[in-house]
Amino acid sequence: MAATILKRLLAAIPVLLGLTVIVFAIMAMIPGDPATAILGSYATPENVERLNRQLGLDRSLPEQYFVWLSNILTGDFGRSYSLNRPVLDEVLERLSATLLLAGTALVVASVLGLLAGVFSAVRQYGATDKVLTFFVLIGISMPAFFLGLLLILGFAVNWRLFPPSGMTAIYGGGGPLDIAHHLALPALTLAIVATGVIARLTRTAMLEVLRQDYIRTARAKGLGEGSVIGRHAFKAALVSVIPVIGIQAGFVLGGAVYVETVFQWPGIGSMLVNAISQRDILLVQGGVLVVAAAYVMFNLAADLMQMAIDPRLRG
Amino acid sequence: MSADAIRPEAREDRPPASRPSASRPSTWRLFRRNALATGGLAILTLVVAVALLAPVLPLADPDATALAERLARPLTGGHLLGTDALGRDTLSRLVWGTRVSLLVGFSATLIAALVGSLIGFVAGYAGGRVDAVLMRGIDMVLAFPYILLALAIVAVLGPGLINALYAIAIVNIPFFARNVRGLTLGLARREFVDAARLSGQGDAAILFGEVLPNVMPVIVITMSTTMGWMILETAGLSFLGLGAQPPRADLGSMLGEGRTVLFNAPHVAVIPGVMIFVIVMSINLVGDGVRDVLDPRLRSGALARPGARARIARREAPPPPRDGLLEIAGLRTTFGAGASKVEAVRGVDLHVAEGECLGVVGESGSGKSVTAMSVMGLVPSPPATIEAGAAYLAGRDLFTLPDREIRALRGAAVAYVFQDPLSTLHPQFTVGTQIIEALRAHGPVGRKAARARAVELLDLVRIPGAERRLDAYPHELSGGMRQRVGIAMALANAPDVLIADEPTTALDVTVQAQILTLLARLRREETVAVVFITHDFGVVSAVTDRVAVMYAGEVVETGPTEALLAAPAHPYTERLIACVPVLGEPDRALAAIPGRPPSLAEPPPGCAFADRCARVEADCRAAPVAMRPLAEGRAVRCLHPVWGA
Repeated sequence: MAATILKRLLAAIPVLLGLTVIVFAIMAMIPGDPATAILGSYATPENVERLNRQLGLDRSLPEQYFVWLSNILTGDFGRSYSLNRPVLDEVLERLSATLLLAGTALVVASVLGLLAGVFSAVRQYGATDKVLTFFVLIGISMPAFFLGLLLILGFAVNWRLFPPSGMTAIYGGGGPLDIAHHLALPALTLAIVATGVIARLTRTAMLEVLRQDYIRTARAKGLGEGSVIGRHAFKAALVSVIPVIGIQAGFVLGGAVYVETVFQWPGIGSMLVNAISQRDILLVQGGVLVVAAAYVMFNLAADLMQMAIDPRLRG
Repeated sequence: MSADAIRPEAREDRPPASRPSASRPSTWRLFRRNALATGGLAILTLVVAVALLAPVLPLADPDATALAERLARPLTGGHLLGTDALGRDTLSRLVWGTRVSLLVGFSATLIAALVGSLIGFVAGYAGGRVDAVLMRGIDMVLAFPYILLALAIVAVLGPGLINALYAIAIVNIPFFARNVRGLTLGLARREFVDAARLSGQGDAAILFGEVLPNVMPVIVITMSTTMGWMILETAGLSFLGLGAQPPRADLGSMLGEGRTVLFNAPHVAVIPGVMIFVIVMSINLVGDGVRDVLDPRLRSGALARPGARARIARREAPPPPRDGLLEIAGLRTTFGAGASKVEAVRGVDLHVAEGECLGVVGESGSGKSVTAMSVMGLVPSPPATIEAGAAYLAGRDLFTLPDREIRALRGAAVAYVFQDPLSTLHPQFTVGTQIIEALRAHGPVGRKAARARAVELLDLVRIPGAERRLDAYPHELSGGMRQRVGIAMALANAPDVLIADEPTTALDVTVQAQILTLLARLRREETVAVVFITHDFGVVSAVTDRVAVMYAGEVVETGPTEALLAAPAHPYTERLIACVPVLGEPDRALAAIPGRPPSLAEPPPGCAFADRCARVEADCRAAPVAMRPLAEGRAVRCLHPVWGA
């Protein structure tokens, strides 16, 4: 058991390294000369050359990669020129806001999606199933950036139930309740699509499981439907739904870009959009790497959870 | 029921002409039957048509600004959908923006499909190291949160509609690559590809001539399921200001611009937002429809959920024929409905006395499992329906009992042991949990007492180290041990009747013998009546008192085991007994029965065995053959039996 967990943890390392290679490769493809970009087009060739040497750009790409990687491993992500502060400081400051938003959305999506999927499967082709399936389809087709605006119009402008933007109230904000109040709309927005996907897969997984022989065994034992569905079928369906929840973590972390922009949530997503507009490449690089690493961790957690509920995977 | 209780291949036997065409509708008709998908297609067609016709439609200039008319509400001043912050006509901008969004989304889909499929082809066809390297790369791309990678690409290429298009296409490549690679990998090793290769065709010719046509449906399905996403995500990048740049507008950038005036003129944002939603939704509806039609599992209804209890739709209940412990009378169970209806059980009568062991013997598909499962309503519905007959347990009609009472009897008065203990035990619960659960379902037992009783039960079925085994998961036990657990679980509540459905079929021969000995012993010690279902006459002689032979959904012969084995009356029974190898008679020819059982979708009017019978005569096929008594306790469904005619 412990050995298997260790194996999974070690397996995450090449994935993380692969991420750095891809991010580095993308950034290396930037057209134009970074030194010229930094110094402006009036810079003298000598200055450009000196800066290139300073940035290590006169070396081969693999060399550059290893220098860059060792810098990152020691926590040096470079300096954001638009904010004039270390990239790592800015990213870490915003990471907690993004994780709070994405984590809440993922929990909401999992709970709602699993419930909807189970009910849909149990009432297959019934009215409940049809209504739920239709809502799921709406959820999957609804752009988060549009849904966010609609929720702001309805709940913030019209009914004034929730604040339209930000993470804390300007005056006297910052308490857990205040943050929860601000979190409600963006988390719901972010959860909608993932809810739809999870509900769909849960429905399919439940239908698949309900045909299995061990479900018939459970019924033949005289167990009630509550126990057959809620215990036997649900636990079996979870095995195939959990990896999907892991994958949804990626969509939620990515979707945070829209939602943070719409709700002006001070996370990495809105930071990235600004950084791209400012062409602050180092900041983009740092943000993308950290969020991608967070995604790897979410998937690792899903892996371990799957092992926890399915003894056959522990081998 | 055993997996082959309905034999699809038996149904395919008949020439297609004899089957009504409605039983296998065309792809298009199946699609049309899905109202949502058809609606989606209609809306999508309308949207695409309007977008295509934009240049010839009588629309205002989408870029003509008129500051005097800015932020006009819909239906005012000659602007059907109002105007935006610069006084431009929203309707016109909507149509032109839709045109851009559709074009971009469609182009991105094509690029992703082309590049992704190519990667998938090469990886799947080449296999080996090429495959490994390409797929590692694809996996790496998938290791990124979807949109984040697109953002990184846009960050490098710079904001702009075309760059957004590339970014979205790139992040969707893995979906095509994976799907196509998986299929190609299988196809590349198939006979027809080998044949093409041997005939001297080059790799490219094989790929495009032989493999591509077979992979095309998967590419189409992947396109239909990803296109909605791609339109949505390109709109999203434009919304963030990273896609379409002014003055060019797509739906996303219109929404983004509308956001700045959201509070005083919501329609500017809401109208393009609704449009994105409508397009994505209709594409998803069509995509689901296409997938459902092309997915054979959904077509055959194999994903139907069996309910807690079999559907019973009988007009009247036949009275119990005798006063045995378990009486089955005139049972008819069918699968499916309409043209594809299969009559799996066609009027079966069986009875079991207290403490008796009845063997039910027949080939797979003879309806023996379905009969046994019907008793406690355990045949899967849908697709099964109990259409007629009754099952009486100690005089009580089981088919009229309310669900709560049938549940109280399941596992308590009537318990089941199933064929394959690996698939019939829940893989994620320990053996102990599953036995304790059976105990607690039928009475208030404390945890400690239940556990102690579970240990007793495992001891009873001779599982060594019972206490320790309670915490084992099914996959940690051998096949024989698992089946012992299955039997222990069935005996948990001291049932009156034990229905064992091929309990030894999935086991090794030596283990089979152990389980049979165990069952024989338990039957005596626990005084439980047993219905023993098997296809093996060798097993029948070892454990049963009486035998019922089933063929094509009917009982064709019954009698005391010894008498029936010694002198079978039905030609089918005779042949079936001849199939059993006898120890010490290695020279005896094992005669397989030629032919196949008839299709139960259209059972023959006369004797079902007629086509395979050596003793068949004209009258056999004319009318249904009734059971007739033969000797003490024996009966046969045959006009020209082996003896006693």
